[in-house]
Amino acid sequence: MMAGLLQILFDALSLGSLYALGALGIALIFGVMRLVNFAHGDVMAFSIFALLWPSVDAMAIVFAGNLPWFLLVPFVLAVGAGLSVLCEVLVFRRFRRASPATMMIASFALGFVIRYFLLMLFSSRPKSISLLPELSQPVEVLGAYIPLLQVITIIVTLLVLFALTGFLRRTRFGLEMRAAAENFTMARMLGVRANRVIMGAFALSGMLAAASALILAAQTGTADIQMGAGVMLMAFIATVIGGLGSLPGAVLAGFLIGAASVLMQVVLPPEARPFRDAFVYGAVILVLIFRPQGLLPARGTKERV
Amino acid sequence: MSLLALSDVTVRYGRLTAVREVSFRMQEGEILFITGPNGAGKSSLLRAIAGVTPPAGGRIDLGNSDITGHSPEDIARRGLSMVPEGREVFGSLTIEENLLVGTGMRAREQGGRTRAASALDEVYETFPILRERRQTQAGLLSGGQQQMLVIGRALMTNPRLIAIDEPSLGLAPNITDQVYERLLHLQRQRSLTLLIVEQSSTRAMMVGGRMILMRGGQVVMDGDAVAMGQSEALHAAYFGYGDA
Repeated sequence: MMAGLLQILFDALSLGSLYALGALGIALIFGVMRLVNFAHGDVMAFSIFALLWPSVDAMAIVFAGNLPWFLLVPFVLAVGAGLSVLCEVLVFRRFRRASPATMMIASFALGFVIRYFLLMLFSSRPKSISLLPELSQPVEVLGAYIPLLQVITIIVTLLVLFALTGFLRRTRFGLEMRAAAENFTMARMLGVRANRVIMGAFALSGMLAAASALILAAQTGTADIQMGAGVMLMAFIATVIGGLGSLPGAVLAGFLIGAASVLMQVVLPPEARPFRDAFVYGAVILVLIFRPQGLLPARGTKERV
Repeated sequence: MSLLALSDVTVRYGRLTAVREVSFRMQEGEILFITGPNGAGKSSLLRAIAGVTPPAGGRIDLGNSDITGHSPEDIARRGLSMVPEGREVFGSLTIEENLLVGTGMRAREQGGRTRAASALDEVYETFPILRERRQTQAGLLSGGQQQMLVIGRALMTNPRLIAIDEPSLGLAPNITDQVYERLLHLQRQRSLTLLIVEQSSTRAMMVGGRMILMRGGQVVMDGDAVAMGQSEALHAAYFGYGDA
């Protein structure tokens, strides 16, 4: 009984971690630019495919994926950050003064460009990869057998949250980002450089995309050009429930959605389980009706740049 | 050599012309009030000077450089500090964080940190209430305290010119008096150049100095505030009747 509960708790926390990291990446960009970046999921997929040689085989031909973890993780993070900054410089910068709807559509288009680039090199067939295989063995926690990967996922997510909070609270750059997220024009009138802050936000967001992609790829053992889509959707929903642009809100809602999904998987009668996601989306509608500003609304309501 | 020079500055929002060919010069250390009724184009003019709304025509010089069409951060770095209408504190940041946002442009220079720290000290000396509540979220301050915070924040960039949009907006008269008393004290102490926008010309007449009256996006009068206040023409120009 105890072991079963623990298993559910770890399932919920590790799924929630994935959603929280994804939501955080989306909320960061929304905070400074009022942009919902739908290319986020494709940045996730790209970060993983950067570990592979281009090929259309079902077995992945590993390239950088054989690196030891302390090189592999920074490599993937750097790819995510680099691609994300490239997206800003080549695409989003041109839409700085456009309406949020225009920017959102541009992000959709950009996502397709990234996805079809991957399709061209790797085909749409999911590839099996074994990233960090040493993490798949279970560990015993108070009588329950928990996959080591779940434990690490949760720890890593907590570390990321801790580091990001520290970065935003304690550094010059973090201060400028928080000021810009609240009122970009005022921050600029105090000499804060818009391009620097926005590029920094994209770099952080790209790293978060890469981090969630690593967790996802390690969990599923596959690289799929669509792999980011599911997380992206749930993460986007988490940012809406949490309050668009609110970082604590995104994290809280990410964990709530993870917990809700796992709980429903457990308590719903078997014949209703395939419709699990419908219940999650139902909860979203309820939140939007009764608390449209989100659970922990962001303060910044002023126009962006 | 004037510190700020506008020539034929025009500001448009779409098809609406808010400011029409405005020209004036400001000398170092001068106090200039821009007054006029609602919709006269005062705030639009300030936004153009600060680079928030690039002018549709004309030219703006700050010191020796043409800043027309430059970004707000660039103009701030060249020495113009803007205090916009409605104060615009960063409500979720603490008082001290609000102040420190303005030191970024100097933070990476040599000795930048020490200068930022002494700038902070100076602001706290002028506004002791800010030191007392330095860890408070700025959104929790009263209107008067917020006004002091944004004036202090404007000082943190070590500006050559401070432009303030309606510092009296939404403040009780005695609080407005306090704000002005501090502001003028700072002006004397540091020989600051002040460009102040107010809807009413009363304050300009109390303070003295130069006043520009705007109406319909244009400058209708420019002269000594006290002398203008005593003339019949001001009233007529403000409300737009008679020959003025």
